[in-house]
Amino acid sequence: MGSDPSLWLALGLMIAFFALAPIWVYPIFLMKVMCFALFACAFNLLIGFGGLLSFGHAMFLGTAGYAAAHAAKAWAWNPELAILFGTVCATGLSFVVGSLAIRRQGIYFAMITLALAQMIYFFCLQAPFTGGEDGIQAVPRGMLFGLFDLRDNHRMYMLVLAIFLAGFLIVWRVVHSPFGQILKAIREHEDRATSLGYDTDRFKLLAFVISGALAGTAGATKSLVFQLASLTDVHWSMSGEVVLMTLLGGMGTLFGPVVGAAVIVTMQNYLAQLGAWVTVVQGVIFVLCVLAFRRGIIGELAHALKRPL
Amino acid sequence: MEIFGIPSQALFGQLLIGLINGSFYALLSLGLAVIFGLLNIINFTHGAQYMLGAFVAWLGMTHLGINYWLALLVTPFLVGATGVLIERAMLKQLYKLDHLYGLLLTFGLALIIQGLFRNEFGSSGMPYPVPDVFKGAINTGFMFLPKYRAWVIVASLVVCLATWYVIERTKLGAYLRAATENPSLVQAFGINVPRMITLTYGFGVGLAALAGVMAAPIYQVNPTMGADLIIVVFAVVVIGGMGSIMGAIVTGFGLGLIEGLTKVFYPEASATVIFVIMTIVLLIKPAGLFGTQK
Repeated sequence: MGSDPSLWLALGLMIAFFALAPIWVYPIFLMKVMCFALFACAFNLLIGFGGLLSFGHAMFLGTAGYAAAHAAKAWAWNPELAILFGTVCATGLSFVVGSLAIRRQGIYFAMITLALAQMIYFFCLQAPFTGGEDGIQAVPRGMLFGLFDLRDNHRMYMLVLAIFLAGFLIVWRVVHSPFGQILKAIREHEDRATSLGYDTDRFKLLAFVISGALAGTAGATKSLVFQLASLTDVHWSMSGEVVLMTLLGGMGTLFGPVVGAAVIVTMQNYLAQLGAWVTVVQGVIFVLCVLAFRRGIIGELAHALKRPL
Repeated sequence: MEIFGIPSQALFGQLLIGLINGSFYALLSLGLAVIFGLLNIINFTHGAQYMLGAFVAWLGMTHLGINYWLALLVTPFLVGATGVLIERAMLKQLYKLDHLYGLLLTFGLALIIQGLFRNEFGSSGMPYPVPDVFKGAINTGFMFLPKYRAWVIVASLVVCLATWYVIERTKLGAYLRAATENPSLVQAFGINVPRMITLTYGFGVGLAALAGVMAAPIYQVNPTMGADLIIVVFAVVVIGGMGSIMGAIVTGFGLGLIEGLTKVFYPEASATVIFVIMTIVLLIKPAGLFGTQK
């Protein structure tokens, strides 16, 4: 994984933080942060490294959440199988959606993903197994590999941490692979990449599928943590939130989405009782980031340190 | 009387609702297309500005006693003026950047506007009375046609066609189309392109507000009335392609009708039919029905 030492240092700090934080911080909250961090990292793989703005990423989070919850509750599958099943469902969906969306570029790509996500939302609202407005409640966390009882929050925490780190390292590996380099070339100048002989559609589709699959893993894990799969996770506002997390943390940085997710989740926690003000604050952050803070938190830090982060 | 086993009253009733929805799809996608043509920005705030139109009319009526006609006349200018401010203060800074930033900024603005109105007015809908002239219905022989709904269809058709005429057939429209193709060359001919861009944005926003006023007596006035609508309008825009003004109008009305028909024959799919059509169009003609892909 030959890359800059500052990245390794940052990775060490991040692991140390998530390993020690549950001593002081409520573990459920941290698990929520990690699920959203993985979701944002998956999204960032597309926008930050492929230049593709998907405005419907909630569909992968939500679909995988429903699939995992259904598998765990109705079929009594083990949690690892439920999460795998959720991921597989999201992967399949992202293949279909990606194949359609890459037929158009730029702004149309964003509108198509948004529209398809809205279709999935209505599907989840009407489908018999999703429980409509109620969602799937009281999802059992079950026994990991049939051995470890995940009702214990600390065991669940270890599992979520492992999943989050695995997902993060997959993104890291993809970004630094030859595939990642070609993806960046497509982001910078798609026609030139084509003229170099790359079938850009295939690269874009593969990036979309990897991103959708990881978003799915995040959603499936989240539904087991909260023992709930609901319409919130497939709604367009969730797609907006992941854009916000990535933008605030720093698009195209490895650690930005993690920081962005932590900030936004924390903010929602504190502002939860203020109702619609959360939306207003999110909107203000959007506007400020776009107008004056386009590099995001980690992007600015990396710029100041002249190091990749 | 029955058509395909469906009572004609139900069939025509749904077709009428379809045409009404289609009127709003057409007005809104027209505004999006005009803005996109010149600014290269997808105006995510469009739904919020449509909602603003309805709210300004409602607030004017309840607080100042402004009637429907005055609201119809004044609201587009008021809301359009806020659009001009947004363009001058914010959007202007983004033209040199990736188009995606325009989408993100306008999305943020939509969140702010909708959030503020939800704080102030809650999520329940406010009724807006149908103006006296349009109370009641006409019996056309095969169905009862509420007068106000007939008015909305006719009015939006007229507004759409007038916009088409101005853009495609007048000198001003020619400047606009030229600036869409090559702004710096048009600027070199001594035309104030930045002002044209500002006014175009204001005009597009005004159209959204006009649609909002017309929608107020039909749907309840509430802060989220534009939020889901705008996503459907995006799909309409993808289906039609944004290259053509007439394309936006035809697609808007056409999809409204198809949605209405779906409500009669297969109601479960009525919420998703437009997205399904979008998928099919993407498979067959990715550039959209009236679009040309670069």
